[in-house]
Amino acid sequence: MTLHGLTALAARDRIARGEITASDLLESVLGRIREVEDRVGAYITITEDLARAQAAAVDAARRRGETLGPLAGVPVAVKDIICTQGVRTTCGSRILGNFEPPFDATVVERLRRAGAVIIGKTNMDEFAMGSSTEHSAFGRTRNPHDPDRIPGGSSGGSAAAVAAEEALAALGTDTGGSVRQPASHCGVVGLKPTYGRVSRYGVVAYASSLDQVGPLARDAADCALLLGVIAGHDPRDSTSIPGPAPDCLGAIEEGVSGLTIGIPREYFGEGIDDDVRRAVREGIAGLQAAGAKVLELSLPHTPYAVAAYYIIAPAEASSNLARYDGVKYGYRAPGAASLLDMYRRTRSEGFGAEVKRRIMLGTYVLSSGYYDAYYRKAQTVRTLVRRDFDEAFARCDALVSPVAPTAAFRLGEMLDDPLQMYLSDIFTIPVNLAGLPALSIPCGKSAEGLPIGMQILGPPLGEEMIFRAARAWEKVKAA
Amino acid sequence: MKITRETVLHVAGLARLSLSAEEVDTYARQLDAILEYMDQLNALDTTGVAHTEHVIPLETPFREDRVVPSLDPEQSLRNAPERSGTFFKVPKIL
Repeated sequence: MTLHGLTALAARDRIARGEITASDLLESVLGRIREVEDRVGAYITITEDLARAQAAAVDAARRRGETLGPLAGVPVAVKDIICTQGVRTTCGSRILGNFEPPFDATVVERLRRAGAVIIGKTNMDEFAMGSSTEHSAFGRTRNPHDPDRIPGGSSGGSAAAVAAEEALAALGTDTGGSVRQPASHCGVVGLKPTYGRVSRYGVVAYASSLDQVGPLARDAADCALLLGVIAGHDPRDSTSIPGPAPDCLGAIEEGVSGLTIGIPREYFGEGIDDDVRRAVREGIAGLQAAGAKVLELSLPHTPYAVAAYYIIAPAEASSNLARYDGVKYGYRAPGAASLLDMYRRTRSEGFGAEVKRRIMLGTYVLSSGYYDAYYRKAQTVRTLVRRDFDEAFARCDALVSPVAPTAAFRLGEMLDDPLQMYLSDIFTIPVNLAGLPALSIPCGKSAEGLPIGMQILGPPLGEEMIFRAARAWEKVKAA
Repeated sequence: MKITRETVLHVAGLARLSLSAEEVDTYARQLDAILEYMDQLNALDTTGVAHTEHVIPLETPFREDRVVPSLDPEQSLRNAPERSGTFFKVPKIL
């Protein structure tokens, strides 16, 4: 097997044992990038020299006999919405096209401390607004399984990089499904942790009450390994949950015997592709074969989640994106006659169509006379969505559903119909509204050979349970 | 039509965006369709239901009030589109 095809755990262990060097591994990944990146387009920025220095530092530390970190020498890609000190962080937007953060995000600091080698910054829908990675000012990313299809979004670059072996693992962010849906479409494992589990310090805000950083990897164990590195309390994020990171990797082999898996009826109704339904049903049967009990139940407010989300998220975005005004950093339109003119021209030239659409939508629902009818109503519906989950988790340990109603759609297919694109997030959005952890794991293929993901949802802080179920399914599938 | 061209122009003004005539038409049509979809929430009786403020119950954490290093002015100004000494420079306000 080529080095770039190794799992993060295997690579780390082989480096620690001295069988390979971090530099060999990095060169293998860089070679792979040269080979496939033209077709995939996973990266916005590749930091080859910095990565070489990091890999050399890991190799030197090993030669000196130092204790190596849990990701020592593992090449990891980082979504371009996560701040990296001195390395351009664009959010896929023209307005931040030249922005070099003066500090690292907490998750990047933790990756570095763990010995990870950061290869570059991955492509994304502008400001994480999109489900296809077609809304990037830096070109689109293609699905490694079929170049005519989208990789999913908004963390499409991260998912494609892991799937195409241009990185061993990656970080993404998930506000309404942006880690899980691209993971599903690219055939990799992706986790959206419990809200507050992972620090948002240094992660450019889209919708602050929904945003969460999550790992993408080739298997459940690698995903758990990354979570262990990036999670845990951070005093710099006021919504960070107290306490250390969970040891999901330590518990991952504990199996699902005796656990009850809930199957929410509303996630298997109309509009779901037959291939998706069949693949997820096979996944559920696999978990049953591994000893889980299955219970059908109802999450009755599911049909309202998309409407509530596309009020709350744009409302928060319109406020968060007010900071892009051309004053302190980022793009400034030249030749403005006044300050107001400068704001308007900077923002109109700097933002793309989807971002403007969401700023407009968010500004409208928060504007005088509409706040109660839209924003407050949506936050009330959010309470009902959360209650559905509370009641479900009183009866079961985890829930299983599809991630997306279809496999990856074709490039350009949904660009003219934003509402249709929003509706494709129907199975991932409720998790963000309720702040729950959920993971996407490959469970089958469509008739065209495209990957299909199964979503495993847990109660708040239930990541360990989710990883046990994900690993149990991997074992059944491999058998 | 809930969203007229006038509404779009008003909202664009609030959001500090200037839109082309074509954008105004497109957003009027798209926002109208999206908001019509949102109206299904009105079918749901939410009398007596509290709205969500935080998904995870958290207490406000306190820390000691002590001086720690922060960004120096040079670092803070490094990304500035235009500067004058240690200030951010903007076009004339008045």
